[in-house]
Amino acid sequence: MEFFRIKKDIPFMRHALIFNLISVATFIAAVVFIAIRGLHFSIEFTGGTVMEVSYPQAAPLAQVRKVVEDLGYADAQVQNFGTSRDLLIRLPLRTEQAGADEKAAAKATSEQSEKVMAALKAATPNVELRRVEFVGPQVGEELATDGALALLFVVIGIMIYLAIRFEWKFAVAAIIANLHDVVIIVGFFAAFQWEFSLSVLAAILAVLGYSVNESVVVADRIRENFRKMRKASVTEVIDNAITATMSRTIITHGTTEAMVLAMLIFGGPVLFYFALALTIGIVFGIYSSVLVMAPITMWLGIQREDLVKPVKKKDDGPEIYTP
Amino acid sequence: MNKLPIWRAIVMVVALAFGLLYTLPNFFGEAPAVQVSSAKSTVKVDQETADRVSRGLQIAGISAEAVALEGTSVRIRLPDTDTQLKAKDAIDKALNTDPKDPRFVVALNLVSSSPGWLSAMRALPMYLGLDLRGGVHFLLQVDMPAALSKRMDVLVTDTRTLLRDKNLRHSGIGRSPQGIEIRFREADTRQKSRELLNTQIPDLNWAEASLGGELALIGTMRPETEKRVRDYALKQNITTLSNRVNELGVAEPVIQQQGPERIVVQLPGVQDTAKAKDILGRTATLEIRMVEDSLEALNALATGRTPAGLEVFTERGGGPILLKREVILTGESLTDAQAGFDSQNPGEPAVHLSLDSKGARVFRDVTRESIGRRMAILLVEKGKGEVVTAPVIRSEIPGGRVQISGRMTTTEAADVALLLRAGSLAAPMEIIEERTIGPSLGADNIKKGFNSTLYGFIAVGIFMMAYYLIFGAFSVAALSVNLLLLFAILSLLQATLTLPGIAAIALTLGMAVDANVLINERVREELRNGLSPQAAIQQGYDRAWATILDSNVTTLIAGVALLVFGSGPVRGFAVVHCLGILTSIFSAVFFSRGLVNLWYGGKKKLAKLSIG
Repeated sequence: MEFFRIKKDIPFMRHALIFNLISVATFIAAVVFIAIRGLHFSIEFTGGTVMEVSYPQAAPLAQVRKVVEDLGYADAQVQNFGTSRDLLIRLPLRTEQAGADEKAAAKATSEQSEKVMAALKAATPNVELRRVEFVGPQVGEELATDGALALLFVVIGIMIYLAIRFEWKFAVAAIIANLHDVVIIVGFFAAFQWEFSLSVLAAILAVLGYSVNESVVVADRIRENFRKMRKASVTEVIDNAITATMSRTIITHGTTEAMVLAMLIFGGPVLFYFALALTIGIVFGIYSSVLVMAPITMWLGIQREDLVKPVKKKDDGPEIYTP
Repeated sequence: MNKLPIWRAIVMVVALAFGLLYTLPNFFGEAPAVQVSSAKSTVKVDQETADRVSRGLQIAGISAEAVALEGTSVRIRLPDTDTQLKAKDAIDKALNTDPKDPRFVVALNLVSSSPGWLSAMRALPMYLGLDLRGGVHFLLQVDMPAALSKRMDVLVTDTRTLLRDKNLRHSGIGRSPQGIEIRFREADTRQKSRELLNTQIPDLNWAEASLGGELALIGTMRPETEKRVRDYALKQNITTLSNRVNELGVAEPVIQQQGPERIVVQLPGVQDTAKAKDILGRTATLEIRMVEDSLEALNALATGRTPAGLEVFTERGGGPILLKREVILTGESLTDAQAGFDSQNPGEPAVHLSLDSKGARVFRDVTRESIGRRMAILLVEKGKGEVVTAPVIRSEIPGGRVQISGRMTTTEAADVALLLRAGSLAAPMEIIEERTIGPSLGADNIKKGFNSTLYGFIAVGIFMMAYYLIFGAFSVAALSVNLLLLFAILSLLQATLTLPGIAAIALTLGMAVDANVLINERVREELRNGLSPQAAIQQGYDRAWATILDSNVTTLIAGVALLVFGSGPVRGFAVVHCLGILTSIFSAVFFSRGLVNLWYGGKKKLAKLSIG
């Protein structure tokens, strides 16, 4: 079986400008969403309490809301989680307390879950506590800093590696292409107000490292083509590289996405947003690492001399040149 | 061409054997067990303990499947959970003869039911995180400024005592934001005091200064002292937490330092989180101060005025009580507190305290000077003090053994002892992160994680075999080996497997296919370019290798970043992700090529490859 038997190179670079315009448009849309709507951060970043409770029958949503409100948590969120029998209750940190006496507030919050559970038990005795997560205010800031540092580390690490292995133009182009993915994923989370948690951050970083693969594969082929296709122009070289690797690109992303889809469908609510971030990352990864990265290297003025070192003359087996 | 070299075959067989062997324990499941460990640092768990357990079980008529001494604990494997509960009671009775003062922690646990020869070669099942097996996770922060401030208070008292003993007159000692200020009238006295303090209280750096025209000495804490105070506070709190956790009877608690001022506590399998939190979260500190019972002071209190140098507190189960501001001792000096009986008057409940050498010395001096007066033991929780007990000093108490008795019931004595022990935290702590996972959710998480990996794997497997035929089958085989090796390494390292870790397994498998797709596509391309099948295999693998390496290195960079900067769930993800990248390079390139060589290697006149 073979899906992609393409005889002639597809002239991707002729449309480079269009691709770049599409990218710029989605990028701007993402930035606008992030700026206007902001992110719906999970309690890992904001601090607060999350409780997951389970009822043997359909959960009495209204009753639980009332119980929680009666306890004085007017700003609490109660919603179904996964099934109709499971509820997720979010209690934010109490800001008025946090301002006055941060420690007392932290202590108070770590006890919140017990109070709420006791009240819920009083209303419906057979409710079961499945999970409690409490994060104090001092942890959230650290997580945000660590997340930013991790992103920086990945970006710099990958750039250095690509610059050594290929050429700085590729490094710049690959990082721009993949950061553009990151912004778009975050943009989706802002636009739909999906919960942005630590695992989503992990997914974004993982997908960043993964999408760079794509750029590496294309760059690798561009370099090889420069060696082989001595007479071809830069655009022809790039077009051929993308066409030749396209089959592989789509298939590997397809298999990875199959795994991620399995997580999205069967992984339950805990893995849902993680898998969702990966899905968006993978879909945009295909697009950007091929159709954003290649044009940027072209604009940056990649040349045969950048990649093919003239002194290097090593015979590495039989070679067949495609014209 | 393409024959399977012998060394490659050997490496493949060894890797396969390693993978199978170390993955094996995960399939045996777990059996109910009872675990016995030491409740006190003075109590050792040894073969003798194991023998006592066996005898105790024999008497109770319970047959255990195995009684084994493992490190510092005895594990008793039992056939079912009913027997487990019975065995726990029987063992508790056999080991802890005095229920008020348990010497051993007897806890319910699960142990792997894999055979002994596997455990002997460190082939253990994977270590499941709390989100998979249920339990409680706390992150506690030690209040270091409070610890430092408390140490300063003690130093102020020491300084005052020292100057009084040596008859060096000063015109006031006080705390300043940075340390201690002592004012003097005469330069000569100041000089002498400075020399004395430099030798006697070396924790502080003494400097001469002038405060508003007055002669003064300013003592500030030396950096090394500060570091010592911090380290001590952390260590002491970890010790105290360990003692408290022992009260809970948890089988495999984790109590670890994390960073310079944080402590992680993980209690797997604990269900009663409220109790756990109550016991751990007690953020009490202990102070011993003198009670002011003079008529004058009491009159002032009656009129609602607090005389200078005094503070009002409430006594437990009583009215207000006036205490001097000066702290004689803090919980730091208290080494133990136990409920027991009066030595003079057996039958009357009492609380026995033990003090360290410095505490004993101070206590002797104070009691000698104040016979007939009252001293108060103050428990400070979250800035609020409560007087636990305020006994009258009957005699000078040397040697650091203190007994508090009189008008107490046995329960009260036990309560006071518990409160005092709880108070021996060196610095207050607060819970800054809490995660509680119920056992049903843990089981659910395992199921969901496992299912998504399985279904994903099946989908990818079917696709690969349909698309690349035999080469696809090789890829799937390589992918299975990848999974096997990843399981084996995780089991061997005993790295904690969490739900994000399972997600990482699934993701890694998805990404690992990438290498095989690269190779297979390359082989197809070489075939199209007119190479012979054997040459195409060789060229395909060789050319794909550089690309595979590059792409895995970039993925690994992201994985390492997550490992370095991630915490909690992210780290669980990153560990598996990084390991998975390494195993996938091995399996996808090395192993699959071995399989291809094995299949096609011998065939001299190969006309066609089954690659779709």
